[in-house]
Amino acid sequence: MSDYNFAYLDEQTKRMIRRAILKGLAIPGYQVPFASREMPMPYGWGTGGVQVSAATLTPDDTLKVIDQGADDTTNAVSIRKFFEVTAGVATTEDTTQASIIQTRHRIPEADLREDQILVYQVPIPEPLRFLEPRETETRKMHSLEEYGLMHVKLYEDISQHGAIATSYAYPVKVEGRYVMDPSPIPKFDNPKLEMAAIQLFGAGREQRIYALPPYTKVVSLDFEDYPFVATKADHVCDMCDASDSYLDEVILDDQGNRMFVCSDTDYCTGRQQAGHVGALGTTNAEDAA
Amino acid sequence: MTPLLQVNDIAKFYGSHVGCKGVSFDLFPGEVMGIVGESGSGKSTLLSCLAGHLEPDEGQVQFDTRADGLKDTIKMSEPERRMLGRTDWAFVHQHARDGLRMNISAGGNVGERLMAVGERHYGDIRAKAVDWLDRVEISEDRVDDRPTTFSGGMQQRLQIARNLVTGPRLVFMDEPTGGLDVSVQARLLDLLRNLVREMGLSAIIVTHDLAVVRLLADRLMVMKGGHVVEAGLTDQVLDDPQHAYTQLLVSSVLQV
Repeated sequence: MSDYNFAYLDEQTKRMIRRAILKGLAIPGYQVPFASREMPMPYGWGTGGVQVSAATLTPDDTLKVIDQGADDTTNAVSIRKFFEVTAGVATTEDTTQASIIQTRHRIPEADLREDQILVYQVPIPEPLRFLEPRETETRKMHSLEEYGLMHVKLYEDISQHGAIATSYAYPVKVEGRYVMDPSPIPKFDNPKLEMAAIQLFGAGREQRIYALPPYTKVVSLDFEDYPFVATKADHVCDMCDASDSYLDEVILDDQGNRMFVCSDTDYCTGRQQAGHVGALGTTNAEDAA
Repeated sequence: MTPLLQVNDIAKFYGSHVGCKGVSFDLFPGEVMGIVGESGSGKSTLLSCLAGHLEPDEGQVQFDTRADGLKDTIKMSEPERRMLGRTDWAFVHQHARDGLRMNISAGGNVGERLMAVGERHYGDIRAKAVDWLDRVEISEDRVDDRPTTFSGGMQQRLQIARNLVTGPRLVFMDEPTGGLDVSVQARLLDLLRNLVREMGLSAIIVTHDLAVVRLLADRLMVMKGGHVVEAGLTDQVLDDPQHAYTQLLVSSVLQV
């Protein structure tokens, strides 16, 4: 293989991270501090997610890495290459074939199974951070379950925009106890947080790991008269005609033309191969040919 | 009649320096107690000890809780004490900035305490916020403005609204009129006096301004060097001061 220890990190570090993961799984939604290591990539590129993946990988695993749903963006490609070199594990772009999926800002459209692990890259794990800057105070608020402030943020949204305008990193309450930041996934993905797979969240710079065991109860916070709504762009995918997936808006030219495509590239490709064609699908295929 | 607050021989030391020492008093429901004294006389230390912000070194502070009657607030668990701080107690800071969230609208500031005790209906929260802004003479169209755009007097009134919205029974005030000009002070005092009477609040007011206690307080404690040197009915203490320091204090008020 290579001169790297399996999956880059040394064994003691991986043990330390595994302990943090186990503690996180035992207390769903609780942010477990861990001694985050320097990784050969900048903060903000997923150093937390990479460390969690490194600690969970085994040589038999198949890894998939996505960034905003896409397999082919810089972040996803470089992390996938990183583990190809340092761990020598098989990689895939197919959601159903992967045993570990590291993701940035999306949950795959395909339903995950019990034998899969979803690893999130988290920039700021503290949902209360922008309301209460003191770490000592936010920790106390978590331990005493004082979450009134979280609703103040939602109140401000409604008073300024007439609706809850928070569209990503939408706060959730886990098992009726901890309020958790689901990382900056669109709120469209929030209902999917109750899933069969294990979900692990790693924040490298902030040195926190938290987790959701399978089928954990996750409730998005809201008001009685302004209930939570999972939103997406009101379109179908222009490539694969899917109406149930989260869409990215792509500006095509300076004349205001735009198209909507699935942000999950694997899902979109799969549907196109199955014969679904969107409004702009065929023309693009001809261009490519 | 059970007192609402029973303070027993409170003492707080900063190293060898005395913050306050040997303070005892009973506060009854609906009563307003003034604490006056010069800077450094220990009145703010005493207030912090009573409100649970500081842990006193000696003594007990018994509060008449709704559920269990008289209970020592120093020995009770922190969640319980913080719960009191959100419901039955209110704390009005000298500087409104310390008591408000400056980057959140006035409505959000008033609503925070409601949401902290479990209110989850936006319409109700907003209606209560507007009602309270009206009671402290802030017009309804400012409900979505941030406190940074408010004048000093409005910020102080907003802080009072935010504190009183959950219907507390005991209000701690630390120089509520400090830093405001005289006409704004007068308006604020008028407002406070009405609210206190109307809601039947008990209050402990720390101030160095004798006019404030004359207007608001039923009883008065004069502090010097961490000790209470004189206590009694406000009018009695101010009209016939016995202790040398109180006499000095009363005679140093400027007459216009």
